[in-house]
Amino acid sequence: MVDSSAIGRSLAPTHARVEAGRLRYFFNTLGESNPVFRDPVAANAAGFAATPIPPTYLFCLEMMDADDPFAMLEALDIDLRRILHGEQKFVYHAPVVVGDELTLQSTVTGVTQKKGGAMTLIDVTTRITNQRAEHVADAIRVVVVRNPEAAS
Amino acid sequence: MTTDTPAPVGSTVVDKRFPPITRTTLALYAGASGDLNPMHIDIDFARKSGFSDVFAHGMLVMAMLGQAVTDVVRPDRLRAFSTRFVAITELGATIRCEGTIAELFEAEGEKRARLALTARNEAGEVKLSGEAIVAI
Repeated sequence: MVDSSAIGRSLAPTHARVEAGRLRYFFNTLGESNPVFRDPVAANAAGFAATPIPPTYLFCLEMMDADDPFAMLEALDIDLRRILHGEQKFVYHAPVVVGDELTLQSTVTGVTQKKGGAMTLIDVTTRITNQRAEHVADAIRVVVVRNPEAAS
Repeated sequence: MTTDTPAPVGSTVVDKRFPPITRTTLALYAGASGDLNPMHIDIDFARKSGFSDVFAHGMLVMAMLGQAVTDVVRPDRLRAFSTRFVAITELGATIRCEGTIAELFEAEGEKRARLALTARNEAGEVKLSGEAIVAI
């Protein structure tokens, strides 16, 4: 079972490029029709340097561009079949647009045992910077691990 | 929402319905998001894990909620966005995203609103609850 000794654990950073084609696939999947996301001319007219990313896409970039998107779970010896996504939070500091090159650095920032150890909540905080070293956002996810062997 | 005429606390400013979530939606979302967890695309894996079928990625429903918010708020006015994944979203669910103004306040030299957000299925069951902080 993961315990508080995991706090502070981090992996090699992920480098991700915001690509128009991948983003279009995401928008098509979600039925997004907002011109500010889909049309570079509309984005420019609205004052963006290029089309911006949608609010949850930072999470996707880390999953897509990590060598192993489940590396943190493997490093903590967590079985994929036992996890659920409990909570997700984004804090935005500056816009991220198509063409940006991001660095995403994830660190375990909290471990909480629940229900007598039947569940472990793991907080993973991802600091995101762009090609100008600007801190553009933080993403915080809470991973719920079910520990059936610990259930009484 | 504009600076001149902020809607009052309690107003519903977000209300959007999405088409039913199909197996195709989950397969496409896996590829589009990079979330390749087989729990959402492989019924055999889901069954071995104790579930009767695959179910939606929580982040798919959060993306719907985000889209509903950015339909009414410019994306660069979003300061924070968070959700709790309250319950598993089943295949076939028709998600309705709603947001009401919970608070108007000032922070870091700008006027902001806190939107209380929910994503519910067609039976009205809350799947995600959360909030967005937006500059107004």
